[in-house]
Amino acid sequence: MIELRNVSKMYPNGTKGLNQMNISFAQGEFVAIVGLSGAGKSTLLRSINRLHDITEGDILIDGQSITKAKGKQLRLIRRNIGMIFQSFNLVKRSSVLRNVLAGRVGYHSTLRTILGRFPEKDMNLAFEALDRVNIVEKAYSRADELSGGQQQRVAIARVLAQEAKIILADEPVASLDPLTTKQVMDDLKKINTELGITTIVNLHYVDLARQYATRIVGLRAGQIVFDGPVSEATDERFAEIYGRQVGKDELLGEQRV
Amino acid sequence: MSAGAELKRPKAPSKLKHYLTAAIVVLLLWGSSIQTDATLGELIEGFPNMFDLLREMFPPKWTYLDNIVGAMLDTIRMALIGTTLGAIMAIPVALLCAGNLMAQWWLRYPVRFVLNLIRTIPDLLLAAIFVAIFGLGPLPGIFALSIFALGLIAKLTYEALEGIDRGPLEAMTATGANGIQRIVFAVIPQISAHFMSFTLYTFEINVRAAAVLGLVGAGGIGHYYEITLGFLEYDKTSVIIIFTLSIVLLIDYASSKLRGKLL
Repeated sequence: MIELRNVSKMYPNGTKGLNQMNISFAQGEFVAIVGLSGAGKSTLLRSINRLHDITEGDILIDGQSITKAKGKQLRLIRRNIGMIFQSFNLVKRSSVLRNVLAGRVGYHSTLRTILGRFPEKDMNLAFEALDRVNIVEKAYSRADELSGGQQQRVAIARVLAQEAKIILADEPVASLDPLTTKQVMDDLKKINTELGITTIVNLHYVDLARQYATRIVGLRAGQIVFDGPVSEATDERFAEIYGRQVGKDELLGEQRV
Repeated sequence: MSAGAELKRPKAPSKLKHYLTAAIVVLLLWGSSIQTDATLGELIEGFPNMFDLLREMFPPKWTYLDNIVGAMLDTIRMALIGTTLGAIMAIPVALLCAGNLMAQWWLRYPVRFVLNLIRTIPDLLLAAIFVAIFGLGPLPGIFALSIFALGLIAKLTYEALEGIDRGPLEAMTATGANGIQRIVFAVIPQISAHFMSFTLYTFEINVRAAAVLGLVGAGGIGHYYEITLGFLEYDKTSVIIIFTLSIVLLIDYASSKLRGKLL
């Protein structure tokens, strides 16, 4: 359902974020993308929903080119792709509920969103989403009153309310402690299996990737150096991806998970 | 060993720049006072006159208070309406000026230039211009205050806009929101408290400004300064000054308390 054809991304300063990349992701997959900082993980994710424009190639979402889409058409494609960020990207001064409802704006006219009058169905969707990530009692709290792990779950609820068919998660647990990391990853996994939402997650920790993903993609210098099921993603293969042995800092550690 | 350390030590930068700066500042001050005839002797000579004026101001003629309460309320009303009008106009202007929201530099820079222009015009001059257009009364005063408020609030707001967290904007783009929806959901919640604070601050300034607009016939308490000073009734002038001072202090206090609560 997501297909990248010969995708390259050249940054204005000359660095190549992505280099002639060909890959496709199927409906319902839970894909972990691993690689060192600067390998192009974030660039890949942000190219899929076109937060970054690519310089070469084409990206198809359900057969539609997001690269060529403009205006309304681009917004409609984006509406089906939810995104979760390392820094949560909630509006800190708004309530949790309003942050979740923000996921619904793509479905309504500009005037309706200015007035803030969301239909009953949207309210139900928002509360259901909050319930799914076990945080419904915080609906009327201000977002900045919540802990990091709770804020990331609000961000997941926003994506659920958006009724996205694809979730892109860019280092979703990088700023969380091991316990909340587990909660957030469990939530993502649950959503993936229960709702069949295609999930692509950038991860720094390779053991976390092995634990949750069904497929692992390794990147180095904007190119795919590994693509296969978890069973094939052994430490030896990762040593190749990283160009050296898997270091302690790339493992979250079994005892803490 | 010690000789080697001596050699490696970098040469201390010259202090000449500091001395030259100080010399230029002193020269400018001295030159300015010569050109404007502002000498210490002049100040000492004029000093007794100051006491004469103060003696005539006391005791204040408190009964005059009844005559000016209405004008004082008018002054506050002018500041209130003027600031509100200016604040409303400032919203679109600030959005046009913010570099992170408005990519078109050819629109951004001219609007910023006009804002700078507005802020260089003194409010008394603005009021005088509007009096010439609309005639005497509080209306030209209100217009002058709203233009002043527009200049100040728009400037402060667009600077605050440029400092907002970009994350929520990115998240809204990812949900498929359009330009206006992004502003309503990701920008306004981040900026509204600041905007309210700037508006209150401008209201404080406008109350003080409104108190003198009457000097050019633009309504408010200022008109009574002109009358009492013209008739040399300094005991009445002192009542106006004390009354204005207490009202201004009261509003400043209430407004800064409110602003503290907002942020």
